[in-house]
Amino acid sequence: MSTAAPSGAPIDGNDARAWLPALGRLAVAVGATVVIVVVMAFLMLPIVALFTYQPIHDLIDGLGAKVATDAIIVSLKTNVIAFMLMIGFGTPFAYILGRSRFRGRSVVITLVELPLVMPPAVAGLALLVAFGRFGLLGHTFSMLGIDLAFTQAAVVIAILYVASPFYLRGAIASFEAVDQTLLDVAVTLGAGPVRRMLSVALPLAGAGLGAAAAVAFARGIGEFGATILFAGSFQGSTQTLPLAVYSLFDANLDQAIAIGVLLIIVSFAILLTSKLLVRSWTSSTSTSPSPGERSISAQH
Amino acid sequence: MWFDAERNVHLSADRRRIGYLPQDYGLFPHLTAAANVRFAGNRDRPDLLERLGIAHLARARPRQLSGGERQRVALARALAREPSVLLLDEPFGALDPITRQQVRDELADTLTKLQLPTLLVTHAFHDATALAQRIGVIDNGRLVQLGPPTGLLRSPSNAMVAALTGANVLQGTATPCPSGSTVQLTGGGELASSTPARGPVQVVVQPWELEVADPESSTLTDNVISVRHDHGRLLIRLTRFTIQTEPGNNGQPPIAEGQTVGVRAAPANVRVLRPEARP
Repeated sequence: MSTAAPSGAPIDGNDARAWLPALGRLAVAVGATVVIVVVMAFLMLPIVALFTYQPIHDLIDGLGAKVATDAIIVSLKTNVIAFMLMIGFGTPFAYILGRSRFRGRSVVITLVELPLVMPPAVAGLALLVAFGRFGLLGHTFSMLGIDLAFTQAAVVIAILYVASPFYLRGAIASFEAVDQTLLDVAVTLGAGPVRRMLSVALPLAGAGLGAAAAVAFARGIGEFGATILFAGSFQGSTQTLPLAVYSLFDANLDQAIAIGVLLIIVSFAILLTSKLLVRSWTSSTSTSPSPGERSISAQH
Repeated sequence: MWFDAERNVHLSADRRRIGYLPQDYGLFPHLTAAANVRFAGNRDRPDLLERLGIAHLARARPRQLSGGERQRVALARALAREPSVLLLDEPFGALDPITRQQVRDELADTLTKLQLPTLLVTHAFHDATALAQRIGVIDNGRLVQLGPPTGLLRSPSNAMVAALTGANVLQGTATPCPSGSTVQLTGGGELASSTPARGPVQVVVQPWELEVADPESSTLTDNVISVRHDHGRLLIRLTRFTIQTEPGNNGQPPIAEGQTVGVRAAPANVRVLRPEARP
């Protein structure tokens, strides 16, 4: 072999110094594997247990029960309404906070995030004393013949209150990240404020908005504490899926677990959707080319 | 008229007809080249794409385009606005030196064809001379000089402008004489100028107006630091001067580093400036 070995370097495989780095790399690899396996096992084990608790046909039977179908309908209805309200009001709000600078802006942002760190049960209590019959605004509402507490509207409010800060926070950050130069250019191209928001800021912030909306939607589907205190748990009216899990826990564990499995599948679907959404969006709006995508400019 | 406080005219920016190209061109990354151009006028402009030679890129997104192509798309978009003036902010800032020269030449051709008043902001004097009919030099927010490129080269209004054009700027003391003045340079040697002057002055000479001469018969000598070829010319760096000259003056010995040479300039080319009172 003509390959030149460095002069004086030991070629002997038994040399301890030659073994040491390889041994070190092996130890690191083993250690990394162990860490990953332990953490993943801890996270996945309960889910596996839930899925394997009963045969699949029992699981489907459990979801066919009246309690479960009622809860599915309540959950779907309230979450869709809450979601639309969140997007409709939250997006312009986030745009204003993300794109303008005014006194007290950081205070507003901090207050927006307050419900995030508030225990959901406390949020439910707060909603009750605000909108309940004897609450801050409850008197006004009851004079108008409106009683919000323990109605389906209360479920929507609870979900909205607890979940929308997740959307607002993400959406503000997404709008903040939009390049000011692009908005300035849009002005010189004759775009007024509405067009700047709709045709420039919104598409550019899209990935972030989608991801934030997905997180908020998942949070809303799983909402429990605020709902049970403010809306109660009445089957067919205010009993969402998580509340059904709780009320079935004593009566029929098999059915509770069936609903639990459904909730996990829904949550996972939301997670997956948001990941795919972000990926496709980012690749269509990023300014830097991804490998193999300069072909167009290379053609001439 | 877009803004006049006295006459109470203030047209909001989205209603002014300005074609604005920011430093990195500001193309909308989520839109194709054609859609970027459409944004300005709300209709397709295949004619503009054709005119700027980017028709084949109509469906490409900005990230798939090279720096020069991006600039042309941005120009097409600015033109779709039917602007009465073009505003280019550091149009070559984002480019590497080779692309820069190519894009600059392209832009020069395009601007000549367009016949639109164009305001171009740059830090590079070379870019300005390559593109502009008139150059305004702004220093500390103040317009120091405004004139054609040759005007700036021939008669810079102060040492800052002279240095910007790449001229040699030296300090000295002037004494009047019948043909103008003689300037004793700080650091030794003297240069004759056809401009009458007296007292402390700054002397400005462009590199191509200086000549290397025999040190024995020269009133000004300097040491050679380096000699190199630059765009077909010889660039000689001395301790106090830079000289640009034709290479291979026949019969003369080659100039070597470390050598002492004489420096000469025609008195008409030796400009004399009053030193400014600088804060």
